[in-house]
Amino acid sequence: MAEQEKSNETVDIGVSDEYKYGFHDDVKPVFKSRKGLDTEVINEMCDVKDEPDWMREYRLKAYEIFKQKPDLKWGGDLSDLDYDDIYYYVKASDRVERSWDDVPDDIKKTFDRLGIPEAERKFLAGVGAQYDSEVVYHNIEEELEKIGVIFVDTDTAIREYPDLVKEYFGTVIPSADNKLAALNSAVWSGGSFIYVPPGVKVDYPLQAYFRINSENMGQFERTLIIADEGAEVHYVEGCTAPTFSSESLHSAVVEIICKKGSRVRYTTIQNWANNVYNLVTKRAMAYEDAHMEWIDGNLGSKLTMKYPSIYMMEPGAHGEILSIAFATQGQHQDAGGKVIHCAPNTSSRITSKSISKDGGRSSYRGELKVLNGAKGCKSNVECDALILDEESRSDTYPVIQIDADDVNVGHEARVSKIGEEQLFYLMSRGLSEEEASTMIVNGFIEPLVKELPMEYAVEMNRLIQLQMEGSVG
Amino acid sequence: MSTELVIKDLHVSVEDQPIIKGLNLSVKQGEVHALMGPNGSGKSTLANALMGNPFYTIDSGEITIGGVDILELEPNERAKLGLFLAFQYPTAIPGVSMANFLRMAVSAVRSEDSNGSDTTELIPMREFRRELRAKMKQLGVDESFARRYLNDGFSGGEKKRAEVLQLAMLEPKIAILDETDSGLDIDAVRIVGESVNQLIGPNLGVLIITHYPRLLNYIRPQFIHILLDGRVVESGGWELAELLEEKGYDPIREAHGLTEVVVEPEVEEALPSLRA
Repeated sequence: MAEQEKSNETVDIGVSDEYKYGFHDDVKPVFKSRKGLDTEVINEMCDVKDEPDWMREYRLKAYEIFKQKPDLKWGGDLSDLDYDDIYYYVKASDRVERSWDDVPDDIKKTFDRLGIPEAERKFLAGVGAQYDSEVVYHNIEEELEKIGVIFVDTDTAIREYPDLVKEYFGTVIPSADNKLAALNSAVWSGGSFIYVPPGVKVDYPLQAYFRINSENMGQFERTLIIADEGAEVHYVEGCTAPTFSSESLHSAVVEIICKKGSRVRYTTIQNWANNVYNLVTKRAMAYEDAHMEWIDGNLGSKLTMKYPSIYMMEPGAHGEILSIAFATQGQHQDAGGKVIHCAPNTSSRITSKSISKDGGRSSYRGELKVLNGAKGCKSNVECDALILDEESRSDTYPVIQIDADDVNVGHEARVSKIGEEQLFYLMSRGLSEEEASTMIVNGFIEPLVKELPMEYAVEMNRLIQLQMEGSVG
Repeated sequence: MSTELVIKDLHVSVEDQPIIKGLNLSVKQGEVHALMGPNGSGKSTLANALMGNPFYTIDSGEITIGGVDILELEPNERAKLGLFLAFQYPTAIPGVSMANFLRMAVSAVRSEDSNGSDTTELIPMREFRRELRAKMKQLGVDESFARRYLNDGFSGGEKKRAEVLQLAMLEPKIAILDETDSGLDIDAVRIVGESVNQLIGPNLGVLIITHYPRLLNYIRPQFIHILLDGRVVESGGWELAELLEEKGYDPIREAHGLTEVVVEPEVEEALPSLRA
């Protein structure tokens, strides 16, 4: 009964039946660009950030690509997203602090309410906290720093580790990859930069927390993780935002390089308010015998389009994508994963679990490719959808393309409804209908939740419970 | 004060087809009753109707527990009044561990209010674990059971033992065992029978619903009732079970002017009687 020892301490990553983290703190930004986007706004941003010329050029070039790229015509409905009605750069604080005591009080209050400093003390090796466009706090345990682990916000990385950043920035996801990657490349701000030296294993997770506080805000963090040969790291991100009547946009780019024999696990538990468009590009390159894992928990938002991907670049690489999506009223979760086997003898697994409730819509969108010559690859894709009522919807859009011989690929998709028999069985044991449904849903996602660190698993179950509250009439 | 389950002139139908047609039966805490009937007599329909399965329609009659009318109550409210059903075919709930489920269920039935909408406060983990360990030991159930997903991938015997473990943990006043012996080999019937026997006492009333008398060799009932065509046609003591064992249901059927009509779909049981 070991799993019963789970602590009741939780990491607060937001939400409740009334979206508990929908609060807005009245913080006066030190700089706020005007609404909308043009080269002037980008130049102004570069000036405020005091960025090197190469980055200014990179941004302006990406902006041209963004303008040329047609709007997305697939996935979710983006017709209400007005790129001119967004603040692209809101700087809440002048500098990144290493002590919570130095973070401006009103901003610190927000993160206290979210439980971040407490979580850091308890079980994290490092924390970054981003407020609107800029990171306000970043810290890592001294021992890790001494052995060469770098964990800073990406703006700081540009200043302090320009060679390392230049070598990798935009190599996994070029600006021209897609319209939103181009937009992020033009206006990115904040995010985490991680470098783990060869053979170094970071035992505890590094966490970043992304908070949108302003209305009509666009948050475009940029994260770059480099795990050198044989290195190991687990990075966790959490996200929340206030509930406003108008839309905000969160469009991150995350690039990961897993060198020979390294292991990287990237866990997301996002819980956006339901006025946020969450359009994120995440991609990892896995080299020889590297092991890359995406664990992606998608709750909240108005529309999420996110398909973490892994390119298997050299033999022996292994990739896993575990995706959980929970879509409730007014929400569309278009989530999934992509794996491209570019080298022989690589293996991958995609597991997706989605739940749709109260008219919510969740879609699995996945791509599995085995390129010509990539012999001996193995891959398994499994999608399970659970639909809780008649108004809700679930779709599956799998693409599988195999151009190599001697390949072992499996694909399974299942859609189920909560069975009357299961409900009756649990209710006959004293559970209310709501408790019974919640238990069935928690059981449904258990295979993924058990992959989470304990504190997040407890929190994930609590979030599901909150989503289920009031679900039975 | 001992609680009594009272069923008066009960009529139940399934998809407009009458199955239970005027059934009367009472079970007190501390008593062990067996309700025996052939396939199609309405055994499982009665069990499900008592627990409140929405698939079954109560057309008329009365069911009370300790004087409380339960006909309008949800299954969980009936459970909180002390009613328990050991299912003939327990449903699997993948991803939910036996321990988590039991903690929730035990907390729910012991919570003060019987208002189903309120969130149950869980009993303390230490207390729960101590109790679960003790009960598992008492019933000879392996501790690994607690970590397994509820009924998921369980063998027939394991499912029935899991039902008995739930019975032990929930401590109901009245337990209905719906064909608990079905699908089990003779050793499994003995193990389950002996387990139930350990739980029987002044605080537990049991209604064993069964086709075959073999489970009754381990759990000796004081009262035996014969169910035919949706009605209790005979009630008596152990001699009734012996009569069935010897002659089957036909003489009783004839005595009541009934012909064999199978209305209730049930899984065919290729099980030997005690003579085999």
